[in-house]
Amino acid sequence: MAQLLEAGTRAPDFTLHVTPDQKLSLTELLGRPVILAFYPADWSPVCGDQMALYNEVLPEFQKHRAELLGISVDGAWCHAAFAQTRHLHFPLLADFEPKGEVAKKYGAFRAGDGYCERALFVIDGKGKIAWSYCSPVSVNPGADGILQALEDLSKS
Amino acid sequence: MSTLKVPVAARDHVQGDSNAPVILVEYGDYECPHCRHACPIVKQVQKHFGKQLGFVFRNFPLKEIHPNAESAAETAEFAAGQNRFWEMHDAIYENQDALGPPLLLELAERMELSGQALASALKEGEYAKRVKEDFIGGIRSGVNGTPTFFINGKRHDGPFELADLVGAIQAHL
Repeated sequence: MAQLLEAGTRAPDFTLHVTPDQKLSLTELLGRPVILAFYPADWSPVCGDQMALYNEVLPEFQKHRAELLGISVDGAWCHAAFAQTRHLHFPLLADFEPKGEVAKKYGAFRAGDGYCERALFVIDGKGKIAWSYCSPVSVNPGADGILQALEDLSKS
Repeated sequence: MSTLKVPVAARDHVQGDSNAPVILVEYGDYECPHCRHACPIVKQVQKHFGKQLGFVFRNFPLKEIHPNAESAAETAEFAAGQNRFWEMHDAIYENQDALGPPLLLELAERMELSGQALASALKEGEYAKRVKEDFIGGIRSGVNGTPTFFINGKRHDGPFELADLVGAIQAHL
């Protein structure tokens, strides 16, 4: 498993395609919490895969004014098709070129496999990592850790 | 390791003894094919362990990918109001191929529950709060898809074929 950036670290900025013709930077979202969810690939074959699950939990994330971003090495066209099929209501970022560059900065890239870990980051409104967690790649980490981290942020 | 944050309580639908040595909790979605697959397996697991196992079902409808999951969950809760939860739970899974508003009304009438009362309960969202409470409790417990099982409060990760569940439960006895 890669060594994730830990709580207390400044979250590396990035600018990635969020649609085939639009880009999004982390700095644009400062001022409120950001959830970064790195995941291995679009189109995992189970019901309620990680992104579908987070899609259902969005209202809970939004109670904390948090912005959720999914990130994988899939390209923007692939993400668009995936998001449309699963009715996802949050952005998917394409860490596609150079492949996995952002994942590498966060310590969330699996070099031998060529895709991202299932790695979660909650970044506070000032751009500092408040919480991070890496799940075994075959285990969907769920949303409990994210919600706990958001609650802890609200209290602090 | 994710653990069940909402203890089994009087509000739950329980088969068997809620004080049995092992409690299996399933978070499920009535439109999910994997949950349907799990349904007869759970019955075999219950048969295998008999009185040593209590089984609890909680709602976890993935509404965005399963447009009928919420109304199915509310229908089962409606039946629960008349002490017919498990009958409805089984009937919905057995007829999952045809799941939709007409099927839910038909199942209610087949069970001699009022279709009209069900239609009105669904329209008013009478059981929506209850379903939502299950869902939120599931999220807080680390439910990560459907079905998700907890054995004595610990999330069961990995396959849920008969041998997998029997083995995992046996480890708690």
